[in-house]
Amino acid sequence: MADQAGAQHASSPRTAVVIGGNRIPFARSGGAYAYSSNKDMLIAALDGLVARFGLQGERIGEVAAGAVLKHSRDFNLTREAVLGSALSPETPAYDLQQACATGLETVVGLSNKIRLGQIESGIAGGVDSASDAPIAVSEGLRRVLLDLSRAKTTQQKLRTLATLRPKDLSPNAPTTGEPRTGLSMGEHQALTTAAWEITREAQDELAFRSHRNLAAAYERGFFTDLLTPYRGLTKDANLRADTSLEKLATLRPVFGKSLDTPATMTAGNSTPLTDGAAVVLLGSEEYATANNLPMLANIVDAEAAAVDFVHGDEGLLMAPVHALPRLLERNGLTLEDFDFFEIHEAFAGTVLGSLAAWEDADYCKRVLGLDGALGSIDRAKLNVNGSSLAAGHPFAATGGRIVASLAKTLSERGGRGLISVCAAGGQGVVAILEARN
Amino acid sequence: MGDSYLDLVNTPLPGRIAKALGLPRPSVLRRYTPGEAVAAQPVLVTGSGAGAEALADVLLGWDVEVRRHVLPGEKLGAAVVVLDRAASPEDLAAPMLELGQAVRLLVPGGRVVGLLRSSADTADPAEAAARQGIDGALRSMAHELRGGATANGIVLRGNATTTDPTTLGALRFLLSGRSAYVDGQFIEVTSTPAGGVAGAAARPAAEGTPDRPLAGRTAVVTGAARGIGAKIAEVLARDGARVVAVDVPAAGEQLARVANTVGGTALQLDITAPDAATRILDHVGQRYGVLDIVVHNAGITRDKLLANMDAARWDSVIAVNIASQLHMNERLLASPVFSDTGRIISLASTSGIAGNRGQSNYAASKAGVIGMVRAQAAAFDDGGRTINAVAPGFIETDMTAKIPPLTRQVARRLSSLQQGGLPVDVAETVAFLASDAAAGVNGQVLRVCGQNLVGA
Repeated sequence: MADQAGAQHASSPRTAVVIGGNRIPFARSGGAYAYSSNKDMLIAALDGLVARFGLQGERIGEVAAGAVLKHSRDFNLTREAVLGSALSPETPAYDLQQACATGLETVVGLSNKIRLGQIESGIAGGVDSASDAPIAVSEGLRRVLLDLSRAKTTQQKLRTLATLRPKDLSPNAPTTGEPRTGLSMGEHQALTTAAWEITREAQDELAFRSHRNLAAAYERGFFTDLLTPYRGLTKDANLRADTSLEKLATLRPVFGKSLDTPATMTAGNSTPLTDGAAVVLLGSEEYATANNLPMLANIVDAEAAAVDFVHGDEGLLMAPVHALPRLLERNGLTLEDFDFFEIHEAFAGTVLGSLAAWEDADYCKRVLGLDGALGSIDRAKLNVNGSSLAAGHPFAATGGRIVASLAKTLSERGGRGLISVCAAGGQGVVAILEARN
Repeated sequence: MGDSYLDLVNTPLPGRIAKALGLPRPSVLRRYTPGEAVAAQPVLVTGSGAGAEALADVLLGWDVEVRRHVLPGEKLGAAVVVLDRAASPEDLAAPMLELGQAVRLLVPGGRVVGLLRSSADTADPAEAAARQGIDGALRSMAHELRGGATANGIVLRGNATTTDPTTLGALRFLLSGRSAYVDGQFIEVTSTPAGGVAGAAARPAAEGTPDRPLAGRTAVVTGAARGIGAKIAEVLARDGARVVAVDVPAAGEQLARVANTVGGTALQLDITAPDAATRILDHVGQRYGVLDIVVHNAGITRDKLLANMDAARWDSVIAVNIASQLHMNERLLASPVFSDTGRIISLASTSGIAGNRGQSNYAASKAGVIGMVRAQAAAFDDGGRTINAVAPGFIETDMTAKIPPLTRQVARRLSSLQQGGLPVDVAETVAFLASDAAAGVNGQVLRVCGQNLVGA
């Protein structure tokens, strides 16, 4: 196994680098971007990136992006966004969807193409609008409408229409519920949070640090070359620079209220529904050098995992816990080899549950098949510029936000960084970025 | 933002009514389009000396129909009056009276350009009187011209000749549509060797052509997200420059739009931040290697009568409009990234020349720009670098659109051209000063004001 992996690396002649990124500030659902479509926001993010790096009219190797809440008319969302952007219309693009891991997976996919020499440059990213979410007609109405389109005679048409029932007229709003369990993501996390006995105080503390770190990053101008304002918004609308543990403690629990254990998850330690878009410019070293572009960090490796949350015991958002040991083993690394950890804060409980799992020798042996605990993570290295609890979480945009921020952090401070993103369907993706010096 | 009165009097019936009532009748100005001829109609070149002869020959080489005397009834595109040999006030009569006949034949949008020597360069009182007299006569002529025509002068300093590259560059600028809103102004030029370089440092071979004089140059424009700054970015790019558009992060959305329009890069930063110059130099150094042109355009107003002024208003205007420029220039000059033949162009204002009620802070900053430019220019003397200021008068922007309607209408009509200028007019003058053709223009404050009475 190790030999095989080693051979694979030896035959990989190229390095894929993060050149830079751009995102629009994240807005709360129904806020500044209430009337912006996924396409509008993705174009805005792309155009900001084009402006930052002077890519006007350039044919990029490939653009990959996606959205989790996607209208069927956006079947070619990314290509349409490219056509609406300042990039060359000869830039190919494809859509990808892996729930909240969409953004990170686009980075993984394009960086692999770069490493293989299939493309020289790529733009990876994602967008999501919870405000402009598609609303579908009911299953009953959809069937009637389809039958109607196939009916030939007036009589057939009338007969088809007669089968329509009043209840068929109410639309289906999108939900974040898991199709196989019917539970919302928050309720799923509540099960995990309870199972790992994560306290309310620990969750509020993590949320507080997220806001404080993000506010500090804005304060020192960290985002001036990572973000382009959009529709009057210049900062993430969800950021509460003045929040405190006391304020967070006053919020009422919203998930896990029907469990036997005390409900600990509030609107403060869970991410809100958010609108936004983020993109990352990737390239080969040759591309970056030839175009006098910066190289912030190398994209080293990535691993996806999935867990059986339907029939098994594992929590819905625990897949990254499984992916990480496999990624570390393949790269011959331990947790101590990392200087920065970017663990997506879907909920404070997700991060804390993952940390607890990696620290639990029994769990690591029994579930992950390790010899003992994977190890613990120094909190000072965790989400140093804030994460989703403060910034918000437009599902598919989160990967791009994290990759660009971590790459910039590595270019400024050196070292190695780990990214962990959980996703619906019991999935997760983890990835390694490395400073170049 | 539009000047509806100008639009109105340029339609047949209202135009006749305005004429009958003796109301101002501003003309639609002749503005530059790439590829335009130097002059579509014959150009009169008066003056009998060798300087006039040589200049007439050069104009012939520009595909211009040159006339040495007025032909009765023949329309003229421009009149170039070479007065470089005037020795006493009596010498002015013949050329000025001939010019009087010529301007009757000037087409709308025509040009009068006088070439003269500086009264500061002679110790002879009579000669100085003659030279300064030309100044007064040309300024008056500018007030008299109508139909969007302008009159300006080129002052030959030291041993500059009528055919030095910079003299010709200034002449070409003044004859062209680029100088549409420059009126009643004098551009001082010093002699430069062929190739347009003052001093020893040779400017790298120009890739430029008359239509793309800035090809191969890299320019930084501050305050580029909107208004005059956005237009400067556009015009510099049209002339061939690679543009780095700079503005505060909060203006990033518009800034990105400007960068994508001009095919440049957007750099979001606050020019008052201590690391602003470093970030600009790092960005340009990495992407383009050399920084050729810096346009200090970013500026703010925080108007209040001085009696009601507070420290925040005063300090912020000084910090943005002048202190940031001083700091940035210091860093530019210490950096190997800034070209040996670099150009700095700073935006002043007629408020900085004449003062303006409610703008003591703004006028201090803009007059400060003029002081800075003059001192820095002296330090640049004989080097390859230049620094100049452009002082816009009433320009139609979002800022002037906020002036109360009646005041705004009056302000527009106070100039010889009886209208406000457009951002593009300021941008064209900036582009001229950034070009190789302006290598011998240093330490000047060039007004783009339509010969506004304010600060005249």
